[in-house]
Amino acid sequence: MSMPVAAKLRGAVAIAGVGESDQIGRLPEKSAPQLHMEAARNALADAGIEVGEVDAVFTSGRNMANEIPEYLGIRPRYVGGTQVGGCSFLVHVEHAVAALAAGLCSVALITHGESGYSHIGHPRQRWGDDSVNNQFEIPHGTTGPATGYGLVATRHMHTYGTTSEHLAEVAVATRAWASLNPRAWARDPLTIDDVLASRVIAWPLHLLDCCLVTDGGGAVVLTRADRAADLAAAPVYVLGTATAIGHQMVSQMEHFDRWDAAERSGADAFAMAGLKPADIDVTQLYDAFTIVPLLALEALGFCARGESGPFVSKQRTAPGGSFPLNTNGGGLSYTHTGMYGIFMIVEAVRQLRRQRGEAQVPHARTALCHGTGGEWSSAATLILSTER
Amino acid sequence: MPADAYTGPLPVPTPESRPFWDAAREHRLSIPFCNRCQRWYFYPRAFCPLCFAADITWRTASGAAKLVSFVIPSRGPRNFPVVGPYVVGIVELAEGPRMMAHIVDVEAVPEKLSCDMPLEVVFADVTPQITLPKFRPVGR
Repeated sequence: MSMPVAAKLRGAVAIAGVGESDQIGRLPEKSAPQLHMEAARNALADAGIEVGEVDAVFTSGRNMANEIPEYLGIRPRYVGGTQVGGCSFLVHVEHAVAALAAGLCSVALITHGESGYSHIGHPRQRWGDDSVNNQFEIPHGTTGPATGYGLVATRHMHTYGTTSEHLAEVAVATRAWASLNPRAWARDPLTIDDVLASRVIAWPLHLLDCCLVTDGGGAVVLTRADRAADLAAAPVYVLGTATAIGHQMVSQMEHFDRWDAAERSGADAFAMAGLKPADIDVTQLYDAFTIVPLLALEALGFCARGESGPFVSKQRTAPGGSFPLNTNGGGLSYTHTGMYGIFMIVEAVRQLRRQRGEAQVPHARTALCHGTGGEWSSAATLILSTER
Repeated sequence: MPADAYTGPLPVPTPESRPFWDAAREHRLSIPFCNRCQRWYFYPRAFCPLCFAADITWRTASGAAKLVSFVIPSRGPRNFPVVGPYVVGIVELAEGPRMMAHIVDVEAVPEKLSCDMPLEVVFADVTPQITLPKFRPVGR
């Protein structure tokens, strides 16, 4: 059997630099493009690459692949504007790997900036009056992501006996990681009872099952692996990268107690990397709501279908636990601008470079990031390593 | 605007979806059916998303359904005309397709609901132009 095309790209490209906006949190004095700019400057400085060398820009949002290069003063020969929600930036990595390996560009900048809380230079978006969403979901009382994500929580509880306590384990463990991160928005310790006592947003989801709403930016710089070896920071190689789209409206989701799209992106990414779940040392799973990491753990094969609740019990994913998860404090407690995915990549790279201080996972050599967008709509998986 | 005017979000039909909304106004649940693969599908599209055929027709569904999953929002979206918790869920029609629906005539507490419980369609005439199909537990 011939080698799959994707496997030929394993390790061909490296992440050369990562950065975030100077501040994250609530930043009414900064526009969304300014947050892009700060993150891009910091990521390029981290890589030791001049902005003039950037010939590919990837970003997400309507018309953003025009607007953001202009704001940054870059005239790229290659752009990506894929917008599939919060994991768009993981998808951009896959596209950047292909473009770099093919020689279509030589320095790729993936950038994100979102004034998700303050809405400065960042207009609110809504579905059109005659969109399918405004015909077949919204008039029936959907409340946005809490409905879409909650529907899967309810069915998972029905099928497998997953409980609100299981969901709360994720929130508590993630907060413990945030307490080690001075930049995290929410750092006060949390208990299971705190989560269960927080007000119900959409049963079965409580307030503390839901992510933050913040302002911030992040950026990632990629080059071919041979170039990355000579740059300022230790290269982190892209071993596996894969995408899967399931649906747009959650009412079109295939199953409500498993995540088919993530099963596909995970299998493809592991196949490309030639690795299995047990080979991963540190994991970042998109946590817009506590139920998302649970379904991702099952879909990616870290545990069997239905067993994610027991898997995360007894604070297994907290600092000191056997499965370090969302080690920056996640979207639940670190930051969640609206499209959180870029922050997972930044954290994974910093873990692999041993830059995380108190939150450092010892001996971390491989990292996995997995994200979603919309309402379980898109799935993207990324496997990184310090070794090719 | 009369005091009792409907304030909730209202669909605006497209040419593809208009037969669904026209039928709803007549209190019929009309669903696209593919003549080639002999399956019903939803939401309305000019082609069958299950087999890519263009040979489709509209058929009236029985209105019998079951509850695939649900959530109980503590409050609705802006101007949604329900005060306090209510139930919104995924219903699976006896004919196969699934749709999002407001579940009515049941107390909005988890103890009164369960996945797979049988439901039936009811129609709410919210404006002279728009009727929203809703579902309620069978036997209410």
